[in-house]
Amino acid sequence: MLEIKNLHVELEEEGKPILRGLDLRVEAGRVHAIMGPNGSGKSTLSYVLAGREGYAVTEGSVTLDGRDLLALEPEERAAAGLFLAFQYPVEIPGVGNMTFLRTALNAQRKARGEEEISSADFLRLVRDRARALNIDAEMLKRSVNVGFSGGEKKRNEILQMAVLQPRMCVLDETDSGLDVDAMRLVADGVNALRDEGRAFLVITHYQRLLDHIVPDVVHILADGRIVRSGGPELAREVETNGYADILAGAA
Amino acid sequence: MTVRTDLRADATAALVASRSLPPGGGWIMPARADALRRLRAMGVPQKRDEYWRFTDPGSLVAPLPLPAEPMAPEDGEAFEGLEALRVVFTDGVFDPAASDDLALAGVEIDRLAAVAEADGHWAQDLFGVLEREGQMPVPRPLAALNTAFAPDGILIRVTGDPGRPIHIVQRHVAAASDAMLHHVVRVEPGARLTLLTSGPAAARLNKVIEVDVAEGGVFHHVRMQGRDHGRRAATHLFARVAARADFRSFTLTFNGALTRNEAIVTLAGDEARAHVAGASVGDGEFHHDDTVFVTHAAEACESRQVFKKVLRHGAVGVFQGKILVRPGAQKTDGYQLSQALLLDERSQFLAKPELEIYADDVKCSHGSTAGALDPDALFYLRSRGVTEAEAKNLLTLAFLREALDEIADERLAEDLSRRLEAWLRRRS
Ligand SMILES: Nc1ncnc2c1ncn2[C@@H]1O[C@H](COP(=O)(O)OP(=O)(O)OP(=O)(O)O)[C@@H](O)[C@H]1O
Ligand SMILES: [Mg+2]
Repeated sequence: MLEIKNLHVELEEEGKPILRGLDLRVEAGRVHAIMGPNGSGKSTLSYVLAGREGYAVTEGSVTLDGRDLLALEPEERAAAGLFLAFQYPVEIPGVGNMTFLRTALNAQRKARGEEEISSADFLRLVRDRARALNIDAEMLKRSVNVGFSGGEKKRNEILQMAVLQPRMCVLDETDSGLDVDAMRLVADGVNALRDEGRAFLVITHYQRLLDHIVPDVVHILADGRIVRSGGPELAREVETNGYADILAGAA
Repeated sequence: MTVRTDLRADATAALVASRSLPPGGGWIMPARADALRRLRAMGVPQKRDEYWRFTDPGSLVAPLPLPAEPMAPEDGEAFEGLEALRVVFTDGVFDPAASDDLALAGVEIDRLAAVAEADGHWAQDLFGVLEREGQMPVPRPLAALNTAFAPDGILIRVTGDPGRPIHIVQRHVAAASDAMLHHVVRVEPGARLTLLTSGPAAARLNKVIEVDVAEGGVFHHVRMQGRDHGRRAATHLFARVAARADFRSFTLTFNGALTRNEAIVTLAGDEARAHVAGASVGDGEFHHDDTVFVTHAAEACESRQVFKKVLRHGAVGVFQGKILVRPGAQKTDGYQLSQALLLDERSQFLAKPELEIYADDVKCSHGSTAGALDPDALFYLRSRGVTEAEAKNLLTLAFLREALDEIADERLAEDLSRRLEAWLRRRS
């Protein structure tokens, strides 16, 4: 589904290289996890996939279902099925959560040549998904992420994912800042979406999330490259030993 | 120095010579004569005047207006479908066929032109009076010009609660029309009125509204200016707000080559409240100036100024806002916010926020900012599939929201919000 080949990315302004030849292939139906030290380039990867400005791809390619992802605008990537749950969800004062969700859903439908969703169906869909994530109606009435606690923001990301039903989901540290119960809700939300046609790329620092969302493959990203890949046991190795051995082994 | 004085005197003489005092030999005559005398003494504004440093008054004081093409109202007339008593002026001329009967329970309504011959009228205590008081400490010659020469307008005295608004509809038909209107509103103790005004009015409009809100009275004013691109307007809103009275004025402006809206509000009685707000959006040849002067002359009054402007393709926004707290006006709560959203680098916002405080137990704050759309918010919206154009519109409306929130009546706020959305859509 997602294929990243020899991806080199630098910061546009400073010309500082962040990703240096990253290769990654995620098949439909699979969950891949990415772990790695702070500053290794995990968020950069997620932003480059989503199409954020400020990064220059100097080499390599990214395709989603064979389509050149890097040639698309951010909204086209979303319509093509890509979703990024942000490490730091953005507050947007003055734009209501519901308006935002409906506008986003309808824009994606329109881009795919589908009809707009009816108000009744939309309300039902959102209420249903919000209930599962323990998000109350009051929160939905507020402006996007404004006045939300850290954990509420993360749950709101998963709500958006559940409503938009993307096929390639990238989760950037969705578990950080969550209490134990919230982490379970988020994991359940993700697991409910797992199916043959959908893939996940889960960026995390902690083994705990991966107890709930069991990955098929775990990658270690260091200094802009995947330095090791393995099964779920690799995450446990990181949890107990840290990165030192892995990085030494890779060097 | 002498050269400048001569220029002003010449311009004033040329303007006065181009006008003739409208008919009206009754109570109104002394007020008009007084205004003309004052106008001659102060002279018309000049580009180099401090109060006009951001806005060139040339086209407002020239004997003839610059022509402006009237546009078809694509979104229908403002406040359509709303129960209101409609008074229609076309190019500044009263249109009896299009207007409702000037009869409303709890309100006395007269046309200025129809009562100007009478010996006396309740409006004589206010007509030109609030305007004259508002000339200190800053002269406002265009308002004196209006008092002297405006041939018509509406005089409204409210004694109860009419239950529905009065809507002054200002149509623009002739390309070179030059309109002058002068309205007077008196809200008696405990009475309430919502006054709506809408439309481009004329190629050039000079308008004065004098509003006197007595104790415990409520006056809400919602105005929509636009959308003709070439139109020019100088408006003055003079208000005196008595104890525990509530005054609100909101203006939404679309387009217009030049708009100068002055609001001069005096909180004259304890615990009075005045909110003046505006949202304006313009594209290209657009110059919009909000000049506000709020005076706290009594204790425990609250004032708010909230002005938001969306500027693109070289549009210019101006805000001059002042809060003056007189000695003894303790427990004043004054707030002022002016913000511009610059949608490109050619647009500019010129602001002069001012506080002048002569009391010690006072809470006053002001803020003025100009900036672009937040790129993080824009990316966030787009990452969810919202198109760039629509994301910009959402964020632009969000920016204006705080000003629209100043409108007390939700239906009116929604109506204006829909029009803003349509305006933005047409441009994206
Ligand atoms: N906009 C930016 N300006 C300056 N430096 C940046 C910017 N974006 C990323 N970087 C730098 O690029 C490197 C990679 O950052 P990135 O956010 O991708 O790391 P990360 O792996 O997500 O880290 P963490 O685990 O702390 O979230 C860091 O050194 C960071 O400081
Ligand atoms: Mg990160």
